[in-house]
Amino acid sequence: MEKFTVHTGKAMPLRRSDVDTDQIIPAVYLKRVTRTGFGDGLFAAWRSDPSFPLNRPEYRGASILVAGPNFGTGSSREHAVWALQDAGFRVVISSRFGDIFRGNAGKAGLLAAVVDQKVVERLWDVVEQEPATPVTVDLDQRLVIAGEGPDQVRESFDIDDYTRWRLREGLDDIGITLSHVELIDAFEARRSSLKPTTVRPATT
Amino acid sequence: MRTSRGRTLAEKVWEEHVVRRSPGEPDLLYIDLHLIHEVTSPQAFDGLRLAGRKVRRPDLTLATEDHNVPTLDIDKPIADPVSRTQVETLRRNCEEFGIRLHPLGDADQGIVHIIGPQLGLTQPGMTIVCGDSHTSTHGAFGALAFGIGTSEVEHVLATQSLPQSKPKTMAVTVDGTLPEGVTPKDVVLALIAKVGTGGGQGHIVEYRGEAIRSMSMEGRMTVCNMSIEFGAKAGMVAPDATTFDYLEGRPHAPKGKQWQEALDYWQSLTTDPDAEFDREVHLDASSLSPFVTWGTNPAQGVPLDGVVPDPSEFDDPTTRASAERALAYMDLKPGTPMREIRVDTVFLGSCTNGRIEDLRAAADVIRGRKVAQGVRMLVVPGSARVRLQAEHEGLDVIFKEAGAEWRGAGCSMCLGMNPDQLAPGERSASTSNRNFEGRQGKGGRTHLVSPLVAAATAVTGHLASPADL
Repeated sequence: MEKFTVHTGKAMPLRRSDVDTDQIIPAVYLKRVTRTGFGDGLFAAWRSDPSFPLNRPEYRGASILVAGPNFGTGSSREHAVWALQDAGFRVVISSRFGDIFRGNAGKAGLLAAVVDQKVVERLWDVVEQEPATPVTVDLDQRLVIAGEGPDQVRESFDIDDYTRWRLREGLDDIGITLSHVELIDAFEARRSSLKPTTVRPATT
Repeated sequence: MRTSRGRTLAEKVWEEHVVRRSPGEPDLLYIDLHLIHEVTSPQAFDGLRLAGRKVRRPDLTLATEDHNVPTLDIDKPIADPVSRTQVETLRRNCEEFGIRLHPLGDADQGIVHIIGPQLGLTQPGMTIVCGDSHTSTHGAFGALAFGIGTSEVEHVLATQSLPQSKPKTMAVTVDGTLPEGVTPKDVVLALIAKVGTGGGQGHIVEYRGEAIRSMSMEGRMTVCNMSIEFGAKAGMVAPDATTFDYLEGRPHAPKGKQWQEALDYWQSLTTDPDAEFDREVHLDASSLSPFVTWGTNPAQGVPLDGVVPDPSEFDDPTTRASAERALAYMDLKPGTPMREIRVDTVFLGSCTNGRIEDLRAAADVIRGRKVAQGVRMLVVPGSARVRLQAEHEGLDVIFKEAGAEWRGAGCSMCLGMNPDQLAPGERSASTSNRNFEGRQGKGGRTHLVSPLVAAATAVTGHLASPADL
């Protein structure tokens, strides 16, 4: 996983709440067996609308998505994270994320930054007025910065310490867990023999 | 979770599975059962191969084909080559890594959350994960069960464990008795409408109270299934005699002396009287009635007796904007009685309502009646065994004589990944779990309903309950 420290890029506003993972990428786009290529399905149902931000030239190349509350609810599909990454996004900012989406983002290296809805509204205003405004997301200081002067947005965002550490170090969870494999061995040694296995029973 | 004198059911199961605990880090939890399917696993197996890793416990892993399989012509090769590749990839991966698979055509194939309980693999006190958000279904047995993403699937395959931050706890108490014609689906839809799509976020929910205790295992599964629709990490019901009766004699249930030992353990899996929950919600069962959704998230629902709400009634601007969008998408006008909404399609099935009791309930309503002209009714059993059982009871004949389509088992129109989809602008009454925009097909409009409402709606052509017939 690529390390994440500070990222600066264009931000795209998505003025919608409850954008579930079916909206991020519909099921018919989930048939690939690779991790790449899902960008085509990103927000597929809305792409036919020319006014949808993803279709607007001023947001081309945006790498930060600023979305309404309850972003990424619903289905567990990690394809939603992959689709965003495939389309060039490194960060999603929202006041609330679906738990599974936020977990998936952390594993795959997409930063899910939680801010107050008021901050989301201010970011929307800034990047709608001036889409070229560079937005900086600083994971070291947990800060999001947009614009300059009196209207500058300079606010802290929430992310749990553990995910922040992993993103900054670019660490792979499996590697971390396997460094404690002796604890898994010990757990299995004391685990109840009453628990079922999936080995086919003799009678069926 | 808060530490109080007593412990909640969720806390007991959690604590029993902690492999490693270290300050400032998530707990490493041991996983007792890992269920996999064709859509969220291929990239995980690829990851294992790239890193030269093995599946640590193939004997705690079970695979089936459900999300992307056809429900017609299941004895023929899958027509869509991309879908076929995905299913064949699962077959190859299971063979390479030594994982038991129930493929299309097998007697135990079916929706992953239906076959686990059916085989007796889902038992109280277990940790169960699957790359599917409706894994919460298994919580009906007093298991801690939750959906995970593909990176986590790979993690569990490699280590049989998962780092997890401890959620808070929430009690949902449903007191009283459900009136005639009100089902577990109505209970959970009413609950979601009450607490909102984010109402359970960060919490493990325990469902309690007289109405929950009176439910069958299948009813409890319906309720736990939709825990994710209000954002909960998991939903659980403490095991009791209903649970044990369901489990006894199933292929993977403990036998003989082990049964008694297991029973002793399972009976300890209750929330202590002096335990405290971080949040409590109460629902009065006797005040509930059949519930249906009008919008594009599962919290946008009203009683069937109600009307489409006016967005201007919502004070919160975000809720109001969401309602306005939803009504535009659903092509509905405020004030329209829900019963006047006509549908093109009725879908009976899914991991929410695709079990034998759901099919029986709907068949009882349909028996001797006809599906309304211009309405298509799809009946998709949740598993091949549910299908066989239904055929054994003659339910297939009842549905077919009424003009409904009797299909093979799978997720089908619940997520619209296989050919079972709504056309743009089509409207369904669906016993599934999500009414998101385009969920059942691009441009499709979904009303979530119980199996009883689905059956009555099929007969009348508009949203209806059996009492209307």
